[in-house]
Amino acid sequence: MMALTSTDMKGPAAMTLAAPEPGRLAPLLAMLWRDKFASCAALILLVTVFAALIGPAFLTEAATTMNLRARNAPPFEMARGLAYILGGDSLGRGILPRIIVATQNTMMIAASAVLSSLVIGTVLGLIAGYRGGWVGDVILRLTDILMSFPSLLLAMVVLYVFDPSIGNVIFVLALTRIPIYLRTTRAEVLEVRTRMFVTAALVAGAGPLRIILRHILPIIAPTLLTIATLDFAFVMLAEASLSFLGLGVQAPEVTWGVMVAEGRNYLANAWWLAFWPGLAITLVTMSLNLLSNWLRVVTDPVQRWRLERRMPSNG
Amino acid sequence: MAEPALLTVENLSVEFHARGKIVQAVRNVSWQVNRGETLAILGESGSGKSVSSSAVMGLIDSPPGHITAGRALFQGQDLLTLTKDERREINGRRIAMIFQDPLAHLNPVYPVGWQVAEAMRVHGVPPSEARARAVALLERVGIPHAAARMNAYPHEFSGGQRQRIMIAMAVAMKPDLLIADEPTTALDVTVQAQILTLLSELRDETGMGLVLITHDLGVVAQHADRMVVMKDGEVVETGRVADVFRAPAHDYTRRLLGAAPGKLPFRVPDEAAELLLEVQGLVKSFHLRGRFLREAAREVRALDGVSFALRKGETLGIVGESGSGKTTLARVLLRLMEPSSGSVRYRGQDVFAMSKEQVFAFRRRVQVVFQDPTASLNPRMTVEEIIGEHWAIHPEALPAEGRRAAVEKLLVQVGLDPAHARRHPHQFSGGQRQRIAIARALSLKPEVILCDEAVSALDVSVQAQVIELLKDIQKQYGLSFIFIAHDLPVVRDFADRVLVMHRGQIVEQGPTGAVFTAPQADYTRTLLAASPKADPTHRPQRRAGERL
Amino acid sequence: MTGFLGKRMLWSAGSLIGLVILVFFMARLTGSPADLYLPIDAPNEMREEFARLHGFDLPLWQQFANFLRDLLVFDFGDSLRQGRPAVDLVLEALPTTLLLAFWSIGIALMVAVITGALAAWRPNGIFDRIATLLSLIGASLPNFWVAIVGVLVFAVQLRWVPTSGTGTVVQWVLPVAVLAIRPCGLIVQVARSTMISVLSAPYVKTAEAKGVPRRAIIFVHALRNAMLPVITVAGDQAAGIINGAVIVETIFGFPGVGRLMIDSISYRDFAVIQAGVMITAIAIFLLNVLIDIAYALLDPRTRAA
Repeated sequence: MMALTSTDMKGPAAMTLAAPEPGRLAPLLAMLWRDKFASCAALILLVTVFAALIGPAFLTEAATTMNLRARNAPPFEMARGLAYILGGDSLGRGILPRIIVATQNTMMIAASAVLSSLVIGTVLGLIAGYRGGWVGDVILRLTDILMSFPSLLLAMVVLYVFDPSIGNVIFVLALTRIPIYLRTTRAEVLEVRTRMFVTAALVAGAGPLRIILRHILPIIAPTLLTIATLDFAFVMLAEASLSFLGLGVQAPEVTWGVMVAEGRNYLANAWWLAFWPGLAITLVTMSLNLLSNWLRVVTDPVQRWRLERRMPSNG
Repeated sequence: MAEPALLTVENLSVEFHARGKIVQAVRNVSWQVNRGETLAILGESGSGKSVSSSAVMGLIDSPPGHITAGRALFQGQDLLTLTKDERREINGRRIAMIFQDPLAHLNPVYPVGWQVAEAMRVHGVPPSEARARAVALLERVGIPHAAARMNAYPHEFSGGQRQRIMIAMAVAMKPDLLIADEPTTALDVTVQAQILTLLSELRDETGMGLVLITHDLGVVAQHADRMVVMKDGEVVETGRVADVFRAPAHDYTRRLLGAAPGKLPFRVPDEAAELLLEVQGLVKSFHLRGRFLREAAREVRALDGVSFALRKGETLGIVGESGSGKTTLARVLLRLMEPSSGSVRYRGQDVFAMSKEQVFAFRRRVQVVFQDPTASLNPRMTVEEIIGEHWAIHPEALPAEGRRAAVEKLLVQVGLDPAHARRHPHQFSGGQRQRIAIARALSLKPEVILCDEAVSALDVSVQAQVIELLKDIQKQYGLSFIFIAHDLPVVRDFADRVLVMHRGQIVEQGPTGAVFTAPQADYTRTLLAASPKADPTHRPQRRAGERL
Repeated sequence: MTGFLGKRMLWSAGSLIGLVILVFFMARLTGSPADLYLPIDAPNEMREEFARLHGFDLPLWQQFANFLRDLLVFDFGDSLRQGRPAVDLVLEALPTTLLLAFWSIGIALMVAVITGALAAWRPNGIFDRIATLLSLIGASLPNFWVAIVGVLVFAVQLRWVPTSGTGTVVQWVLPVAVLAIRPCGLIVQVARSTMISVLSAPYVKTAEAKGVPRRAIIFVHALRNAMLPVITVAGDQAAGIINGAVIVETIFGFPGVGRLMIDSISYRDFAVIQAGVMITAIAIFLLNVLIDIAYALLDPRTRAA
């Protein structure tokens, strides 16, 4: 039997628990500004997206031009121009333009992988959670197998059997991330479907499609999107690891991970080849983590006040 | 009254920072409590009734809350200016506190004996002695086989037993003052009576002062000596319980006392009305799996041969404590769960043998209002979407172009501003949310509305208003209500007939007047006796320790 | 508990069988090993001989049946590359990987739990801000990059540690540190946030009302309650390392399971791949059993079920 006390919260605490109202951009930006690290993170991500969108259009030439004199050129020397400010790679191409051009592939692979695993995992999780029965069992069991399968091995097998094209890299990355969304969705569905508003809709005669689309999905969407943000960082790292092992995207296609892998052989005499693209990966994943951490604080009414300015008022 | 007061709170003001605003939780609150007496602090939700005692105990989180003015004098010491170490000397040793929801307030990962003994260990009692005294304390508060259950964990006890354990922990150091914050709110009435009696006994044994924070007028009337009435963070009335109930000085107190249910003349059922729902021999059994593979599954009957009928235009009250099967009954009646045997007939039609179309039609006729309006409204939908959803499911009920006007009409009918149709549920108070839920239930013009503890979570004054609303719409549409509740006075005022459930069976049913004035079953008598009456002149218990 | 464990075993056995089937067929999808082990111009007789020797001439279903039959006595066959029993190779590599997982997760867990608890002591205080920032950074660092920078700084520049090998304790410092960073960052975040929410739990209020000192509230009342999610995350991370610390093992030249597996795949050494997947899966199952036992020890509520 349920307790009958839920409304009797202790005075003012009851008022603070309402969720932040959506659609108020200005105060949100003001709060972002108050957290300097989160602001930096947002800025880095903006620059990254910008680079991904327009980088290849403007810098492809600069990134592919080989200058034999600039082979393994050290960084911070202005003599060869801005393109070589971060040094040159083993074929004498400027590292900076190459990083900028590689942004697009790097981002595109991570985004596609996250998006497909999100969609597929959510749909399967909704089925496993809402329908249950033997279909749910089969889905869960397959997920278990997929999860106990070393993801790197899976990647290697797939990429040996098929060729390591960008599409297949996305496929492998998405495949290994599906269980995360599937399990979360299923667990959330099992919880949300017992809530009273779902029961109320059932009593009114609502069908499964309406229950799922109108009542369950909107409730679990924020959780899934939070996971997706963090997962974006994780998938970027996974892609870089694959490329690092020579299993990911192959030259002439380039990602940050590919650049690190290429630079690995020159570690002893030209550390900058692997360092800069590695730094780019680190900065972006860090920014994603910082920003999603900030978002978590902002959307948590218990912690939100820390970021709000104190406004004395009489009411 | 030569003896100085045990604790005196003077002009206390506390404010909280919330969402960029400063909220005054309490303003200028003053009260005092003496040795050996029970002071009740009465208030509805948001009245700030718990804030002053939290300040006394140093339990206000700072930030977001802080004390802006006032003193709390306890034997010559101002509790509000103590250092952390001084505070630890007083908390648990001189002043102890128990809370609502004892399950949440006991640490789930430590044995109860350890937790009771800890209350003594932190104040310097040697561990072995603390343990021995813990056994004695648990025995004193009525835990059977206390020595054997010292190593059991909180989740292995019943709700009432957990509160007894909390009490044992609180009185372990023989404090001068015990603060009880809604100690019985989530408990069944029979358990509530036992716990409150235990507190009074302990108070008399040790001569400590007792502060009882509650929203329940009945609890105050039956168990307190003096009372403080709070509203919106301020004390509106202070006095002896008998005096306040006889001649309330403040307008708010008068309204509160007036709203207390249980005073209306009994309603008389109309035996000639048309039969809507017939329930025959309903049984619902659950199979609990054994802990080990070899242990046989146990069968538990949540419903055990339940039969009754519902007529058009009447209110059928169903009362029972937790585990009585009333929730299972509600789910079966709503066709959310199939019974193991027995039948439910709606206008002669077997509800569990209906075709898909018939079920769909049945869904239009029978609606529900749940206990917790916050949980029963989808937080992501606007009020308009919530109420309008039923028409989206049953488009034949109302053409799309008429829906907006219909929503506004329904909102007016349940006493809400039609301009609020585009707001989200969290922007309303608890009572307003329950009105939205009622509007939703009305949207398809049903014949039966099942109210599952629909007013239990609401404050007394709001409760009275919602019941009034239900009566109005009943008169207007000739609606039938199945009104499930544990609160006897509310059922007494609202129901035409009453069903008393106990362990899955109906132990008594009949017209409300008959059940309440001449109960036949022993269980009904126990239940009625345990339900606290909001009238201090009818105290059944002896008040031996009452001092003047 | 026994019933629960039995159910877990059955469930895991089901998954293991699925895994075995998957690995068997997926490994064979990668192509024939004959091309790798024989000279390009090898005559057909030689190829047939090779196939017959290793059973590749049989139909696939029969190979699978033989594989299952041998599996019952835990025989995965011999490695193509080294001619020794595959199980032996995997079991030789396993201790290195398990030790890596044990030390890195153990150190991460200790550092992170203490840091997380101290950070939650005063949320938003200076220590908390620094800890949160560092943990976020730690959780974002790519392993290979840290490994490269680590080698560059500590092995190449400062010459404090050797670049590779497993002989001495010093050689373990860098790999363990690299592997510990990410889990440490993740666990600090989990420990901090669960500690903060646990510290606002009603039973903490009870402890305050009893007069329990702040230190005891944090380390006795709150920490034990906050450990469950921490252990879950730590377990996941440990499983990740057991499943393949390939990058660290490759960069530092550690002969662990990850490196063995990646080499075996490149050489189409099916027996070793199958043995490796099976044995790591069993190791992870045992790890999960340990985690369940830890749960039961920490939280009596999980003991029922």
